Amino acid sequence: MNDFKTNANWTASVISDIKKQAETGGMLLTGMGNPSPYPNYWDRILLDASQVTNPSIDPLREPMELRTFLGRKSSKLEKETYPQLELSTPIMFSAMSYGSISLNTCKSLAMAATDSGIYWNTGEGGLHKDLYKYANRAIVQVASGRFGVHEEYLRAGAAIEIKVGQGAKPGIGGHLPGEKVSKEISETRMIPEGTDAISPAPHHDIYSIEDLRQLIYALKEATDYEKPVIVKIAAVHNSAAIASGMVRAGADIIALDGFRGGTGATPMIVRNHTGIPIELALASVDQRLRDEGIRNDASVVVAGGFRSSADIIKAIALGADSVYIASSALIAVGCTMCQKCYTGKCAWGITTQDPELVKRINPEIAKKRLNNLIRAWSLEIKEVLGSMGINAVESLRGNKERLRGIGLNETELKILGIKHAGE
Amino acid sequence: MILNKYRTEKDISACGLFGFINEDGKRQNGEIARKAMALMRERSNGLGGGFAAYGIYPEYDDLYAFHVMYDDEKSKERTEEFLSKNFIIGKDEKMPHRHVNAIKTHPLLWRYFLKVKEHKQDLAEIEEKDFVVKTVMQVNSVLEGAYIFSSGKNMGIFKAVGYPEDVADFFKIEDYHGYIWTAHGRFPTNTPGWWGGAHPFGLLNWSVVHNGEISSYGANKRYLEMFGYKCTLMTDTEVVAYLADLLMRKHQISIEKACSVLAPRFWKDIEGMSEKEKKEHTLLRQYYGSAMLNGPFAVLIANEKNLIGVNDRIKLRPLVAARRKSTLYIASEESAILEVCEKPDKVWHPKAGIPTIGTLKDK
Repeated sequence: MNDFKTNANWTASVISDIKKQAETGGMLLTGMGNPSPYPNYWDRILLDASQVTNPSIDPLREPMELRTFLGRKSSKLEKETYPQLELSTPIMFSAMSYGSISLNTCKSLAMAATDSGIYWNTGEGGLHKDLYKYANRAIVQVASGRFGVHEEYLRAGAAIEIKVGQGAKPGIGGHLPGEKVSKEISETRMIPEGTDAISPAPHHDIYSIEDLRQLIYALKEATDYEKPVIVKIAAVHNSAAIASGMVRAGADIIALDGFRGGTGATPMIVRNHTGIPIELALASVDQRLRDEGIRNDASVVVAGGFRSSADIIKAIALGADSVYIASSALIAVGCTMCQKCYTGKCAWGITTQDPELVKRINPEIAKKRLNNLIRAWSLEIKEVLGSMGINAVESLRGNKERLRGIGLNETELKILGIKHAGE
Repeated sequence: MILNKYRTEKDISACGLFGFINEDGKRQNGEIARKAMALMRERSNGLGGGFAAYGIYPEYDDLYAFHVMYDDEKSKERTEEFLSKNFIIGKDEKMPHRHVNAIKTHPLLWRYFLKVKEHKQDLAEIEEKDFVVKTVMQVNSVLEGAYIFSSGKNMGIFKAVGYPEDVADFFKIEDYHGYIWTAHGRFPTNTPGWWGGAHPFGLLNWSVVHNGEISSYGANKRYLEMFGYKCTLMTDTEVVAYLADLLMRKHQISIEKACSVLAPRFWKDIEGMSEKEKKEHTLLRQYYGSAMLNGPFAVLIANEKNLIGVNDRIKLRPLVAARRKSTLYIASEESAILEVCEKPDKVWHPKAGIPTIGTLKDK
């Protein structure tokens, strides 16, 4: 890499990418989320703290509540509520399929979600028979390939997620190469062994919002209206309008995935250039749902490159009910962000099906590390809530008064709905 | 005021609250509230004082009594033109007041007794009270220089920049007779001391006096906006008045439950409840999480029938209650109560988050 002469435009990676494509005639593939130096708004938002007029609260001495419910709530109190997911802390593991990651990694996530009182997500990989015992903490995904979707699967999960899009590859389907489709994966996904598992770019039964409504209600019918239905989209330019339509179409939870969200495999062109930052999408979606008076009708979950509890706190104050994490969860169990997931040769045994490599993940140890991460971040969220003089997470949700922008222009502040530091 | 040897003022102040309800409906003039507040002078700093009283306009009890402050004649004309479109103005007059040395300047203060006009077709669906709320929100957020600070029936709010006892003298509150009184002395920190910013805050028959700071204000404000309430007064207290209106009038939730929304039980306590209570409290938290008031507060909420005192969940501001026969007193300090009720039957310190409620007896 260092052999090339320094050049701001023709960088080493630009030159080597061109050479690679000249040799292969193919698209460039890559893994994980957008690594380009686009603005990261979390780093330009500061938190407030209490001084004098409202005492800060010491989480060691006073209760500090993070319990979170996800699902539809009507705006006026009723005798019953729609089905809800109950989280001990506003964090969940985002969708990662068995296939894109190893069974040992799936097990680690499932066990940690169960221990921590949060949820994990099957992605479009179906639910392996060994994982049914963790199904009451699973969000089962229905994506465009419908792999592994059957009645027992839908009924087993705590919630059902229709995946329309993913932040790392908006508008793009999925591709699990045949060599990764082992016997176990073929059984779980219900496809022949050794065949490519190709998820179409769109759902071929969803070409419009009314089609989405039909699928949402088909899934609710299939599960007796006992489970919340999540609809997940990639954060794109008109997310706010789409989100409003999704809520009106019957989604109980909407999940937005920003362009820093990870993936096992994606064309580099799409990963690096398509979509928008989750910060902006979240602020505009939350405001739009409020303007239309339908914010209570659905919970908002955001994903896309949450690196720390600080990012999570800021997301909640911007209006999120909960976040999805995946890249940081994988880092907790070994990932070093080499972005080679698509090769199937993950040295940490995470994004590989090679039995020799998969052995490198010990689910018991990985589970402990994931539990530690959730615990550590929850402690930090409590500490910050206390510093703000707040003792329940619901008082932070959408509380933009406790955020200030730093070094942001007026348009950015307006979209985020926050004041500049010093104001 | 405490002066040290350098004769500089020592800052030991905070807001002060006082209120009482005669549950038998006996009406008393404003002297009691004035006296109690004067004793707590140290809790305010002269930047705001006010009173709310119920039962003061029995001769107009079917009309909305609007108390309005105007910056100038022009804003008055504009507002009257706006109001007369949808209201019949039964009576309008300058609010009675006298000159007080401590209050140097004041806005134009006007009082109207109003009735909503027979609804035109397009208004027919809107409930009358919702329409009044909408009118108040419109005047306060759109019409420059006009602020409706009282909009209930047979009740009124009186407030100004000044110490409570000066405000009482200014508005001649000794001339008003009510069965519920609440009062407030202000020590503003986060928001400017302006007439509109003084307490009580009111909407329809609701009035609120508040000592504290609402750290969840941003969340509460954005929640209320979904229901058409506009927070325009540069202070956090107004959200309490709007939440009271939303929960208890519009959503018809009982006082106890509404107070559990404002100051919810902790999950650790909900866990230990009976199944029925557990479900009730869980539902309240699921539905109304965004209506929870967080941060230190002691608040008195009143309407035509009730006086409610409630604290934040860990009682970060003082609130004391006392009862003598059919009168319930609630105040920031016990001394304020003893000043006006020498021998109460009972004095107690309400627990964090548990409301103290006095209710007018049915006649």
